Amino acid sequence: MSENIGIKDIISEENLVYSKTKLMTDKTLSYCPGCGHGTAHRITMEIVEELGIQADTVGVAPVGCSVLAYEFMNVDMQQAAHGRAPAVATALKRLMPEKYIFTYQGDGDLAAIGTAETIHACNRGENFTIIFVNNGIYGMTGGQMAPTTLPGMKSSTSPFGRDVELMGNPLKITELIAQLPGTHYVTRQAVHTPGNVRKAKKAIRKAFENQTLNKGISFVEIVSNCNSGWKMTPLDANKWMVDNMFPFYPLGDIKVDGEIVNK
Amino acid sequence: MTEIKLMKGNEAVAEAAILAGADGYFGYPITPQSEVLEYFMIEKPHERTGMVILQAESEVAAINMVYGGAAAGKKVMTSSSSPGVSLKQEGLSYIAGAELPCLIVNVQRGGPGLGTIQPSQSDYFQSVKGGGHGDYKLIVLAPSSVQEMADFVSLGFDLAFKYRNPVMILSDGVIGQMMEKVEFKPQQKRLTEEEIMKKCPWATTGKTPDRERNIITSLELVSEKQELHNIKLQKKYKKMIDTEVLFEKFDCDDAEYLIVAFGSSARICSKAVKTLRENGVKVGLLRPITLFPFPTEEINKLADQVKGILSVEMNAGQMVEDIRLAVNGKVKVEHFGRMGGVIAMPNEVVEALNNKLIGG
Ligand SMILES: Cc1ncc(C[n+]2csc(CCOP(=O)(O)OP(=O)(O)O)c2C)c(N)n1
Ligand code: SF4
Repeated sequence: MSENIGIKDIISEENLVYSKTKLMTDKTLSYCPGCGHGTAHRITMEIVEELGIQADTVGVAPVGCSVLAYEFMNVDMQQAAHGRAPAVATALKRLMPEKYIFTYQGDGDLAAIGTAETIHACNRGENFTIIFVNNGIYGMTGGQMAPTTLPGMKSSTSPFGRDVELMGNPLKITELIAQLPGTHYVTRQAVHTPGNVRKAKKAIRKAFENQTLNKGISFVEIVSNCNSGWKMTPLDANKWMVDNMFPFYPLGDIKVDGEIVNK
Repeated sequence: MTEIKLMKGNEAVAEAAILAGADGYFGYPITPQSEVLEYFMIEKPHERTGMVILQAESEVAAINMVYGGAAAGKKVMTSSSSPGVSLKQEGLSYIAGAELPCLIVNVQRGGPGLGTIQPSQSDYFQSVKGGGHGDYKLIVLAPSSVQEMADFVSLGFDLAFKYRNPVMILSDGVIGQMMEKVEFKPQQKRLTEEEIMKKCPWATTGKTPDRERNIITSLELVSEKQELHNIKLQKKYKKMIDTEVLFEKFDCDDAEYLIVAFGSSARICSKAVKTLRENGVKVGLLRPITLFPFPTEEINKLADQVKGILSVEMNAGQMVEDIRLAVNGKVKVEHFGRMGGVIAMPNEVVEALNNKLIGG
């Protein structure tokens, strides 16, 4: 087969119902097949496209599997040191208040090494968007325990399962930051089914739109899988996520328009 | 006519930054430099020029705010003192790696650890040899007066943007805290977004249809490409060495002995030189103004002329190593220093020169 075979050779124009946003580059994603990062990237960029704010958007990439987010997202981006994205974004928003600023971070990045930067940026009520992908593990470095690793969950540094006595409790960072007066919108979503993708996308849209209100941080957690780190097939990983992660990290809005919502 | 003001070194830094048209300052309190942030808060530069001032939750956050602002092409700075600057090293390494301009002021105090709040020059190595991880250099300016504290802010910003590199003002508690008269340069305008886009086409100001997206990163996973980046950086540092060396010489023409000292030590040494000259000892003083790039060539030249060199520093002997490298064994190079926040007296310098070079 020719190497130059393109989408037009496979699908005729009239049958084409979906194509990726131009705000995702053509670069092949570096994520494991089945990983949620790719979908989270895509819906974030779809929102930037739909809002027509590419020229006014600056993203901050983390350290972790998504360290190369700037290779895939077709917007101006800065790569920050491990955990420091909220500090970087704070300056960006304060110095360019009319721009849309977002950080894209994993749980190791946001809830471990960057706890201070996260809590203080949220508490100051900086007006940017945080997209927080929680897969309960350090993916990039080979599956070590994260602050969000569940009790009993295995990782390379909790090989017999997280022993809370020895290793401490998992951190519900999203519930924690929802308590802070500086956060305006805090929600927990997932991207493992089309329905959830739609909901997550709506949440991200709201999070970006909120920046025009200047009322504080919008924080979108996306509970995701790490099939490689969890040592499961993508399907098993998603099932495991539904059965084990969701009960501990329940999906849905936690804070809307500055008010905690009781569920 | 510009107005002459009586001010602390730390306050002069803050006022000079407002006048230099700086866009942002991000800091965290630590003695002996807290007056920088305090002055900003009193002066309300937000109302004067629109400059953004923020007290960060830590030095780590402050330097990363500087990183973000610098990447957007803004004139941004931070200041701190030794333990705080240690915390900023991670960010500085990233900023140097990503080739961004910014200004950082270190008003040094004695260490190691929490140490003392008294002045010291013991962060010389950390400042001129890189400081954080990886092969990188900062341009390091060493003021010895309140006037220079002010002047080096705009000079520092200019050099930072010229080389897209962080510049450090390496001061200490003496110069930060003492009051002297200072004359300021006229107010410069802050650049508009459009001016920044022109002046800094690399800045992350939002991807417009006429250009590719701008990415600011210090990551390169392919070793060969990372090496090329390192080679490029080293070329830049070489260019700084070739073009940006600054120093001052006093009484060097007929000197038989040379004292090399920077910052507040140089002030002490100028008194010592006077005393020595009165006693018939022909001694000169060289004051490096840039510690990186170091006045290697000039010191090497003077080594042909003098019988010995004394490095006077408020530390256990750090700059003396760069002097020895410059001299390359031509003459004896000795060190005299007080540590832990103790300030040397001019007569101690006189004694050290007599004992270590003339008598010894
Ligand atoms: C200062 C520092 N410490 C440690 C690392 C190593 N490191 C890289 S990624 C990572 C964990 C990232 O995990 P997470 O944020 O959960 O993202 P994921 O890879 O799971 O998407 C660590 C510890 C680093 N790059 N910098
Ligand atoms: S290691 Fe885990 S988080 Fe990283 S790309 Fe693979 S599946 Fe995704």
